[in-house]
Amino acid sequence: MHLLAIDIWFILEKVTLIAVIIGLSFFIAMYTTYAERKVAAWLQDRRGPNRAGPFGLFQPLADGGKLFFKEEIIPLTSNRFLFILGPALAMITALITSTVIPWGASYVDGTTQIALQVADVDMGILIVFGIVSVGVYGIMIGGWSSNNKFSLLAAIRGASQMVSYELPMGLSLIAVLLMTGSLKMSEIVAHQIQHGWHILYQPLGFIIFFVCALAECNRTPFDLPEAENELNFGYHQEYSSMKLGFYLFAEYINMFISSAVMATLFFGGYDIPFVDESAWGLSPLLFSLMSFAVLMAKVLFFLFVFIWIRWTIPRFRYDQLMNLGWKKLIPLSLVNMLITAALTLWLNK
Amino acid sequence: MNTMRLTNRAKAVDRRPMTFLESLYLWSIAKGMFTTLKHLFRKKATIEYPEEKRPFSPVFRGLHVLNRDAEGRENCTACGLCAVACPAEAITMEAAERLPSEAHLYREEKYAAKYEINMLRCIFCGLCEEACPKDAIYLSQTFAPANYARKGFIYKKDELLIPHPIHQREAYEQALGDRKPATKA
Repeated sequence: MHLLAIDIWFILEKVTLIAVIIGLSFFIAMYTTYAERKVAAWLQDRRGPNRAGPFGLFQPLADGGKLFFKEEIIPLTSNRFLFILGPALAMITALITSTVIPWGASYVDGTTQIALQVADVDMGILIVFGIVSVGVYGIMIGGWSSNNKFSLLAAIRGASQMVSYELPMGLSLIAVLLMTGSLKMSEIVAHQIQHGWHILYQPLGFIIFFVCALAECNRTPFDLPEAENELNFGYHQEYSSMKLGFYLFAEYINMFISSAVMATLFFGGYDIPFVDESAWGLSPLLFSLMSFAVLMAKVLFFLFVFIWIRWTIPRFRYDQLMNLGWKKLIPLSLVNMLITAALTLWLNK
Repeated sequence: MNTMRLTNRAKAVDRRPMTFLESLYLWSIAKGMFTTLKHLFRKKATIEYPEEKRPFSPVFRGLHVLNRDAEGRENCTACGLCAVACPAEAITMEAAERLPSEAHLYREEKYAAKYEINMLRCIFCGLCEEACPKDAIYLSQTFAPANYARKGFIYKKDELLIPHPIHQREAYEQALGDRKPATKA
């Protein structure tokens, strides 16, 4: 019985990995806010923040510091416990999803093997989906406990939007899973390294997945839960100080994680296209770091696309949003799934 | 239809119902994304103000300066022509007679003991400069800085006078800038 035998090195390895990934998520989220403002400025022929430090690089620190020192207001009529639970839940769920993503090729040196993945569980991608759906509660609880009609309205919008867009997202994912035959994230990547990226076989699936990811992250053109000009500020209207910061930050972490998920599912994860990098005979450490860098490059590209879309496309009206979700994306993803299933059956015969 | 065409850019609005592909907006979104991407590489319109300043036009009319001659004597004789010319009635002054001991301070026997311009009233038209027979007032290339009180915008003589050309040589040169008035000796 080795069930209770505690392997201290294993725990240390995982704890380090978790710390690194959480730190990285925070760092990337911080600088995504900076990138958002910079790219927004560039797309509008402006310069963007450039006063705090060289090229304005300390801007996120200044913004974070400002949020920390702001007065914290909890409305008298709000439910205090739920009011605090809301942003905490949003943040926690945003961070948990990073556990199953393979951040790079495993470090293999003789007998030691360190996977750059916190948990390579059999139902990997389903965990992401499960936790993302819990993330809805962060928005819902925050909006509801604020005891403000605008917040509640925004929270309801957000919840219904996220629930309806999870459907086509899941359906487009099934097509991918039909091809790999596994829910394990590491095997999905391994399959792509062997057979080519899924974007080549599932372009429609990717577009559906991407649109749904935008909706899941509450990003423009689907940022109805925080429609500034219709709902004052959306579900976090009553929040101030770092609680607001948590909501805003959780959103950017969600963006980062969903970029990583998209890169993993459709763009080969940490694979370099057109070459067989495992045959280069690099040292195991360098090989792992390189694969990690490749994944990060893909993630950064997706983050740029997220921002690029935000500053291009205006917000959908609510009925248009629901129309697109239920009448366009779900039928499309169903067709995509059926065609993939038929082809998989036919080709495997 | 015999309506006049105002431009040749007029385009009839297509009111046909959207096809399924159009209703996904994918193509129009791609077009829009390309448009914004092009802007990424455009020249930025911003001028980073404190470090970088746009040059004023050569005929820019800014704050007033009360001039001195080459020996540092005030040109103004308090004739009041500038105040008469001023359409905004921004200028007030009080005249005084020069004492024998003040010959090095004022060029002529009469001088302005008090000279005030209300910068909130002033419209910077430059008519005072046109009206002045003694070349005593001209408009410089700076503008009035912000102030906390209205009182601060009423410029007194000490704020208007140009620095002394002999005692404060450098400040004088700087105040002259690139428009050196023809000072008569």
